[in-house]
Amino acid sequence: MRLKLSFEVLGLIALAVLIAIVPRFVSSFTAYELATVGMYFIALLGLSILTGYSGQISLGHGAFMAVGGYTTAVLTVNGVYGHHMRDVWTIPIAGVVAGLAGLLVGIPALRLSGLYLALVTFGIAVSFRQIPLKFDKFLGGTSGKILGLLQTPFGLSASPNDWIYYLTWGIAFVLLVAAWLFVRGKPGRTLKAIRDSEIAATSSGISLARYKTLAFALSAFYAGVAGSLYAIARAYMNPDIFPVVLSVYLVAALALGGVDSFLGLILGAAAIYVLQNRADDVTSWLNHLPHVNLNAQRPGMPDVIFGAVLIVVLILLPTGIGGALRRLFGPLTSRLYSKS
Amino acid sequence: MLVAAFTWTEFAQQVAAGIRQGAVFAGLALALVIIYRSTRAINFAQGEMATFTTFICWSLMNNGLSFWAAFPIVLAIAFVGGIAIERTIIRPVENGPVITIVIVTLGLALLLNGLMSVIWGGGSRPFQGPFSTRTIDVGGVPISVQDIGIVVVSIILVVLLALFFRFTKLGLALRAAALNRDSSELVGVRVGWMLALGWGLAAVLGAVAGMMVAPILFLDPNMMQVILLYAFAAAVLGGLDSPIGAVVGGLLLGVGITLVGRYVGFVGDTLKLPFALLVILIVLVVKPNGLFGRVAVRRV
Repeated sequence: MRLKLSFEVLGLIALAVLIAIVPRFVSSFTAYELATVGMYFIALLGLSILTGYSGQISLGHGAFMAVGGYTTAVLTVNGVYGHHMRDVWTIPIAGVVAGLAGLLVGIPALRLSGLYLALVTFGIAVSFRQIPLKFDKFLGGTSGKILGLLQTPFGLSASPNDWIYYLTWGIAFVLLVAAWLFVRGKPGRTLKAIRDSEIAATSSGISLARYKTLAFALSAFYAGVAGSLYAIARAYMNPDIFPVVLSVYLVAALALGGVDSFLGLILGAAAIYVLQNRADDVTSWLNHLPHVNLNAQRPGMPDVIFGAVLIVVLILLPTGIGGALRRLFGPLTSRLYSKS
Repeated sequence: MLVAAFTWTEFAQQVAAGIRQGAVFAGLALALVIIYRSTRAINFAQGEMATFTTFICWSLMNNGLSFWAAFPIVLAIAFVGGIAIERTIIRPVENGPVITIVIVTLGLALLLNGLMSVIWGGGSRPFQGPFSTRTIDVGGVPISVQDIGIVVVSIILVVLLALFFRFTKLGLALRAAALNRDSSELVGVRVGWMLALGWGLAAVLGAVAGMMVAPILFLDPNMMQVILLYAFAAAVLGGLDSPIGAVVGGLLLGVGITLVGRYVGFVGDTLKLPFALLVILIVLVVKPNGLFGRVAVRRV
């Protein structure tokens, strides 16, 4: 076990070094793009705790991201008693507000088995956009809320794009370590026990209610932080910033990367980024292939590919790409563990 | 929030509009229930399947066919398509966890949605329905021919389906396969094909719902997304494993949200969708098996 632990710590250190040096090698715009990938990664981390460790499913995490985004928008634009908060300080608040929203959903979710929870959370994803439309004076309706332009605070010398990159990946790294500590400690074992058998877990004295709502609230917190960062980076918030399909992308990316493989999630986050922001580029790239002639005005091809890949991966590798890799290297590493 | 004076004529009109909406919800809810009974999973691609077949109808009509000439062709395509989907992508994960099946249907939804915008382009377009929108007088209440037509088509479909399930050998086999797989297999029912047949029927129901609703909503790849949520609410309200429940739930929900939207100022048009979500939540917390569902006893 000690060897596995040192591998994981080494992996985390390597990731930290990678995060720190990447902006030196890429353009400012790429740094901004990578920051967006980091935001999806944060949301996926939360979803991974929920699905990979507590066995619950949420098709509504796009809505929790929107809760985070709107919290940041309201605190910076409307302000609190006329005091407009600096965007950075709204990030933890956005996480907490989304976490509370998650708690609200988590309580009825206790009574719901996987399928019904999928239904309810899908309902949240579809119907959430009506809330800002209803309270349009407060939340800006369809025209949305315009936040202050992204700029580097505290007199730091980084460009705004580098700043959002370091901010996002710094938070992502901290949240990754937190999630890692969470799932390898007592709460993680408890959640796994619940996932594998609720009855056995209850018989061992585990409070299902406490841990399942905790998992839901925690994953909503992650989504809220991600949504807040996204709103800051875009400097704009309206109901279409987090569309229904984003919730589906998140679950799909989670399944693709492997529900309990944290690093597989970076791959999933990159896939979401491409689908959400670079679909046109994929279409024009596909047109370079022989015998392919897609209409750029009809940008459905990336979705077709993503959907098809998802189906094929689930049929062939039910544990996702991350899980498949682990199985591939499994025998090797388990031999190494046994020596230690 | 001033609400115009209440008149019984208007109330009756609202109820009629609600029944028309409810008929569409019921059709899609029925499709969900049929798949749930056979596969034990919810098909999140049901809406996209319905929209896809509606687009096929639109294409056929663009090529000179009349609606009623295209109608049976579309139903046949939907039936074969539904079976093909079950055979190719659902069958390999059929015995896996429910969540895997759900995610596969999500993948299917993405795939079909993307395919629609590749083939027909995104954006919404008018869809010339089979019924005129002029109103006729029914007992002093003006109701549009379209509304009556949609309800009549839905009734015919539900009755045909009920007769099929009740009085044919195939219908019996379908019910048996849904009720008890192992025993059905032992008496020679080809359970695998029954599941596929269920998907075929569900696709047909979805296609009808799509073609009925397209003239009202305009046709675009995301047309059924919102209807699907209402259908979920209807199915949960009636009980996920009860076909009668789906129909009753659909009608109740259709009338319910129309009236609430019209007469509860706070809800209005904007909060109808969250209201449907609230219905799902309340039913699941208060009476998880719905109005007509079988009470599930779980053996520990």
